[in-house]
Amino acid sequence: MIPTLADTATTIQSTLEGWELSEGWAMFLAAVIHVALVAGFFGLPAGIFIWAERKISGRIQDRLGPTRVGGKFGWLQAIADGGKLIQKEDLVPADADGPLFRVAPYVVVVSSLAALMFLPFADGWIAVSLDIGLYLMLAVMSLEVIGVILAGYASGSKWALFGGMREAAQMVSYEIPMSICVVIPIITAGSLNLNEIGAMQSGWAGNWILFNDPFTFIAFFIYFVCATASCKRAPFDLAEAESELVAGFLTEYSGFRWSFFFLAEYASMFAVCGIAVLLFLGGWHTGIPVVDGLLDGPRYAGDFVYSWLANLLGFTVFFSKASLLVCVQIWIRWTLPRLRIDQVMMTCLKYLVPISCVLFLGAVIWPLALSFTGHTTWGSPTGNRAAPTMQLESRDAVPPSTSALRLPRQPLAASDSNEDAGR
Amino acid sequence: MTEQTLFFIFAILAGGGALGVVILQDIVRMAFSLIISLGSTAGLFFLLGADFVAATQLLVYVGGTLVLLIFGVMLTASGPFRRIKMSSGETLLGAAVGLLFFSVIAFTVIGVNWQAVPSHREVATTPSDQSGNTSRAIGMRLVGIPADTEIGLRSDSGSRTGYLLPFEIVSVHLLVVLVGAAYLARAKRRESTDATQGDA
Repeated sequence: MIPTLADTATTIQSTLEGWELSEGWAMFLAAVIHVALVAGFFGLPAGIFIWAERKISGRIQDRLGPTRVGGKFGWLQAIADGGKLIQKEDLVPADADGPLFRVAPYVVVVSSLAALMFLPFADGWIAVSLDIGLYLMLAVMSLEVIGVILAGYASGSKWALFGGMREAAQMVSYEIPMSICVVIPIITAGSLNLNEIGAMQSGWAGNWILFNDPFTFIAFFIYFVCATASCKRAPFDLAEAESELVAGFLTEYSGFRWSFFFLAEYASMFAVCGIAVLLFLGGWHTGIPVVDGLLDGPRYAGDFVYSWLANLLGFTVFFSKASLLVCVQIWIRWTLPRLRIDQVMMTCLKYLVPISCVLFLGAVIWPLALSFTGHTTWGSPTGNRAAPTMQLESRDAVPPSTSALRLPRQPLAASDSNEDAGR
Repeated sequence: MTEQTLFFIFAILAGGGALGVVILQDIVRMAFSLIISLGSTAGLFFLLGADFVAATQLLVYVGGTLVLLIFGVMLTASGPFRRIKMSSGETLLGAAVGLLFFSVIAFTVIGVNWQAVPSHREVATTPSDQSGNTSRAIGMRLVGIPADTEIGLRSDSGSRTGYLLPFEIVSVHLLVVLVGAAYLARAKRRESTDATQGDA
């Protein structure tokens, strides 16, 4: 049995109950510890990526970037930025709709923070493991746009209103190809459970869903473009286009509320890149069976400390892959010019939507076509072939002949305390 | 205990948000309190272990419909903060309809023998179902297989039509509505000069 965060929660809970706390309080404290972990992870990538963005953009523009704060490379630049932002005055413009203006950053932060709850950082390291984890994660991430629109509307400024409207139009359009591209690896994997999708891509890198068929290969790039657009990153950052709209929906914000938008942007960049890594790039697997075998041995052996350490290494692999994708987003931002709003909409509606629809059709027909040429095993979802250890744990025996039709089960029995911690 | 606390928090938020929709006058504030109300309803669904319904509630209503609603307000509003003013007749009519609807729901709730209704934890047979993994059961029901039978083991009991056909009919209907709306709202074709430079 893999020690999951759910088990950790029960362990924490039973330990706390051993301290003569009531069950409710123990559950509450276990939930608080989990929330603190996820919230800590909400800040960590943001800190790293803000520094990386400054450094990379500096290098791309033939500058040095930050050099002074915290030694030679400016490691502590993000903390210095945060300290500066906290000290700034919290302003609400006279023309603004006060309550909505104040509440908008929280909507953005809560939605991108909550999205991290459904992201498995290593095998079983997931706050809420659900059969519909990916669906719920996309649902929660789609709430971020509400905060941006509210910010744009409530600022009482033309720049902000334009930014909010552009953001709304862009997000509503780009969600369509993004969702279709997310469905393509799901068809291949036969599961919506992110942990399961990650677990079934073990073995050589050829087992990654990216290399499963030509359609998933192209779908990855389409997904990445849409994900970049959904994070409002350049060349799609029309909502805060400095050259036309001052700072778009951020114009009237200052201090900590402004930094909330910024933190949420980096956290959701990490979240969409994490989805890409899990869906296409093998999750926490290195893609080299020898290394993965060394990690999987202690991971499933049952010893808590060793499996925890193995998962920590898996987390490092996952984090490195996702960070690499984030760096690509930063690289794109500082090398490509911003599109016009009509070009942004045209890219989505005239190119990305039809391309993703064709890819979807292709991904559906591909296994069917292969089954006519005799490669029958390629037709079944990878989940039933590549994850034998997972299948052992499903709660009933089904004849192997029906395995192509079977839906993969959730491998990790999430305990109730975990569910409550997630909520 | 924890569940009850969470239930009361979500219930108060859902009810308060719904009241806010009625009482507030600024359209976007109304939309925001509708967000709170619908989001808390999703939380109530989570408490019931209906994770798929809750996620769909978030995706369709909160993330989809309300974004379009606010977007529509922003596109059509003439002033900076659009307000709704109602005449007293409308208020009275609305209150009467609301009271009638409330009494219908209240009589239904009172009429149910709640002791006989099993809780969702009793209905769910496996730990996995109890923790709210309903997507599999819903998917099986959609294609007409009762949730407790395995795929592959054909059961002859009951019809096998499921809800797939109604679902498809509704989705095709929605597609027709979408195409029709796009046709009605399309930019009217002008004479040759503009038509050539449409895709700049």
